[in-house]
Amino acid sequence: MTKITSRKELEQYRKNLQKQKGSKNITISVCAGTGCLALKAQEVVDNFREEIKKHKLSANVEVKEAGCPGFCEKGALVVIHPEEINYIKVQPEDVAEIVSETIVKKKVIPRLLYTDPHSTKPIKKESDIPFYKHQKRILLGNNMKIDSKNIDDYILYGGYSALAKALFDMKPEEVLEEVKKSNLRGRGGGGFPTGRKWETTRNAQSDKKYVIVNCDEGDPGAFMDRALMEGNPHLVLEGLMIGGYAIGANEGFVYVRQEYPLAVENTEIAIKKLEELGLLGKNILGSGFDFTITVHRGAGAFVSGESSALMSAIEGRVGEPRPKYIHTAVSGLWNKPTCLNNVETWANVPLIINNGAAWFQKIGTENSKGTKIFSLVGKVNNTGLVEVPMGTTLREIIYTIGGGVPNGKKFKAVQTGGPSGGCLPEKYLDLPVDFDELYKVGSMMGSGGMIVMDEDTCMVDIARYFVNFLSQESCGKCIPCREGLRHMLRILNDLTTGEATEDDVKLLEELSEVVQLSSLCALGQSAPNPVLSTLQYFRDEYQAHINGECPAKVCKGLLTFTIDAAKCTGCGLCMKNCPVEAITGEKKTVHHINSDICIKCGNCYEVCKFNAVQKATGKQKKVVSVERR
Amino acid sequence: MIQELREIDEIIDEYQGQKNALIQILLKIQEKKHWLPKPALLWVSERLNIPMAQILQIATFYKAFSLEPHGEHIIRVCLGTACHVRDGPKILEAAEQHLGIKSGETTPDLKFTLESVNCLGCCALGPVMMVDTNYHGKLRPSEVPEILEQYRTDTSALTNEQQKRKPTAQHQPASPVISR
Ligand SMILES: Cc1cc2nc3c(=O)[nH]c(=O)nc-3n(C[C@H](O)[C@H](O)[C@H](O)COP(=O)(O)O)c2cc1C
Ligand code: SF4
Ligand code: SF4
Ligand code: FES
Ligand code: FES
Repeated sequence: MTKITSRKELEQYRKNLQKQKGSKNITISVCAGTGCLALKAQEVVDNFREEIKKHKLSANVEVKEAGCPGFCEKGALVVIHPEEINYIKVQPEDVAEIVSETIVKKKVIPRLLYTDPHSTKPIKKESDIPFYKHQKRILLGNNMKIDSKNIDDYILYGGYSALAKALFDMKPEEVLEEVKKSNLRGRGGGGFPTGRKWETTRNAQSDKKYVIVNCDEGDPGAFMDRALMEGNPHLVLEGLMIGGYAIGANEGFVYVRQEYPLAVENTEIAIKKLEELGLLGKNILGSGFDFTITVHRGAGAFVSGESSALMSAIEGRVGEPRPKYIHTAVSGLWNKPTCLNNVETWANVPLIINNGAAWFQKIGTENSKGTKIFSLVGKVNNTGLVEVPMGTTLREIIYTIGGGVPNGKKFKAVQTGGPSGGCLPEKYLDLPVDFDELYKVGSMMGSGGMIVMDEDTCMVDIARYFVNFLSQESCGKCIPCREGLRHMLRILNDLTTGEATEDDVKLLEELSEVVQLSSLCALGQSAPNPVLSTLQYFRDEYQAHINGECPAKVCKGLLTFTIDAAKCTGCGLCMKNCPVEAITGEKKTVHHINSDICIKCGNCYEVCKFNAVQKATGKQKKVVSVERR
Repeated sequence: MIQELREIDEIIDEYQGQKNALIQILLKIQEKKHWLPKPALLWVSERLNIPMAQILQIATFYKAFSLEPHGEHIIRVCLGTACHVRDGPKILEAAEQHLGIKSGETTPDLKFTLESVNCLGCCALGPVMMVDTNYHGKLRPSEVPEILEQYRTDTSALTNEQQKRKPTAQHQPASPVISR
């Protein structure tokens, strides 16, 4: 590769790419994100390459391994441009037909289209699918157009023009001013104004400064950072470089969790390609700006996503938070001023520089600007990544885009903000989602996890789930967090087996307050949120558990399984699926469950085709508390 | 033994013997060996001039590291929020039942190690189980035994890398250390 040494050469390079592109007029984009790869996307790609060769279409058709557009549940996804024909759930076997029918004969294959469950009409174009149509995908929009391993794709769509603009048309102060004016707030959880953070690091006196991308994404149930880092790494890196220039840092780090091997790989490839082109290293584009980027893999610790902990981890030490009397923005990595931002935060930067702060200001609400990517999962029809302007209501996200709750079940709650967020009930469905509105009702934005729960979800169990998660992830440095969470978990466990009293719940509330007020880092400070919000909105469920009942029939200690003699046909399916041989009965006679042996796994309930297995709740005389430790 | 230490030297050299690369070096060793054998750690300690206590502190703090040999196949069942509400715990139970071990344990024949994880980042496909580098999404508990059996029988699919992973007599498990 020849080096690009000036802004003019970059533009020339882009023009050449456009010219080359002109000759290939059909593009088959296959999502090669982790979700689709899990659904055989690689085989789909390989088959396409082979079929295209077989049909001698290589001169005209390009096969692209693209990034995740967010609709992973419907993978493997294939989009054929320019018509934008969107095929879902494509299997390797379907490929030959797609090439001979759609590519050669220009005929659409209805079987592979997305069918709208409401109108039951198949939809041909990607942008007409309700899941995409109601989104505003300024960050994720290019994922399906770009091969994330190919820097040319990014450059073709205008990549690194924002960097060139910053380096040549703007002073560092002006870049900083533009980001400040945009009112961009950090997407990593706290919503701290990005420009202000940059300014602090910029103004700190030091010979050396650092910038870091936080791609730890420790929140269970969230994968937007993964989709961006895997699908469009250059967007994030360009943002980082612009930030480095504005702040006065010449060294950047990308901290990626090792559980995301593809994100690590794609980021490393992106960095290598940049170095080859001369867009990283000394004197970038002849501007005099030097910059290097290093990838650092996290080794699996939720608390290491916290800023001061993350910096310890990069230094090769245990990733525990430290007191922040002095902010990491002033004294961070190796005690040098360090600016850490989330993946999505950095990804917004090139867009702001290219389009201007005024453009960004127009998207979103009064105090939360731009779009936010949510990971919409749980009991919702269309699960996936959803990018919408700040201020979009929960109802629009869950119903219009998400298609509502499946199987005719009733919506119960939506949990936002990850382990440190809260659960919101139905009455808040019309709440416009932004940093401040969520906070007002006892939840938070967090990294953007959005978990939908239906009538089959037990809110006490959910609170227990999060407290269990956080007590395991606490680094153990402060007593309130370590011991407080452990004790809260004990009470929640007791609730799920019907052994807790009203006093226990009072103690739970008190402990919540103590842990909130006296922990060192935000893990402890926010850990009680799921408990407090479920107590606030679903107190009746706590009461029911005290009375020995689990209304959603989830908590094992409060369940009994029996077989209804009138319905049982004696097919024996339940017996076959019982892991502990608790079921007895001869073929074609009524079966029976021995509740002393039953471990309440629910297999029999699920497999019985005659609804003969009954699930009941209510405190038993002899409680087998499976979950208790 | 010498061969193995040489492999570790290569990893250390890749990072120019920098002390702050300790975690990255341990990650690479873990990837190669699938656990952190004691001789390897002693050698890292020697080469980087970092006290063994500090290395063990790191090896026990981060979840990616194991001080005990792992099975040939690593099974990771996701218990993240999205998978939790979609019956992830039942997948884990099914795997536990089938293998006769608890999460965190290795089967006596060293075929499988079972672990639970907090999120594999493909939540839309929940519940998700990962075996080695393969993801299995939208699982039903009843499908688990069959999937696992595939890995038990399919020895032809084992790469050299995986063959090597079988701990040999030289690799005594590290002496019991504080585990979290
Ligand atoms: C326990 C804990 C875990 C965190 N994990 C992450 C994470 O995985 N990703 C992230 O971007 N921020 C995480 N944060 C927030 C970071 O500390 C930091 O505020 C953020 O990365 C700053 O970026 P922003 O200003 O762009 O939001 C975590 C915070 C805490 C307390
Ligand atoms: S609050 Fe919890 S996680 Fe945070 S530093 Fe204290 S003990 Fe560690
Ligand atoms: S709930 Fe599970 S353990 Fe109990 S009888 Fe049914 S299948 Fe057997
Ligand atoms: S991984 Fe293919 S759509 Fe998300
Ligand atoms: S919660 Fe299971 S993959 Fe994310």
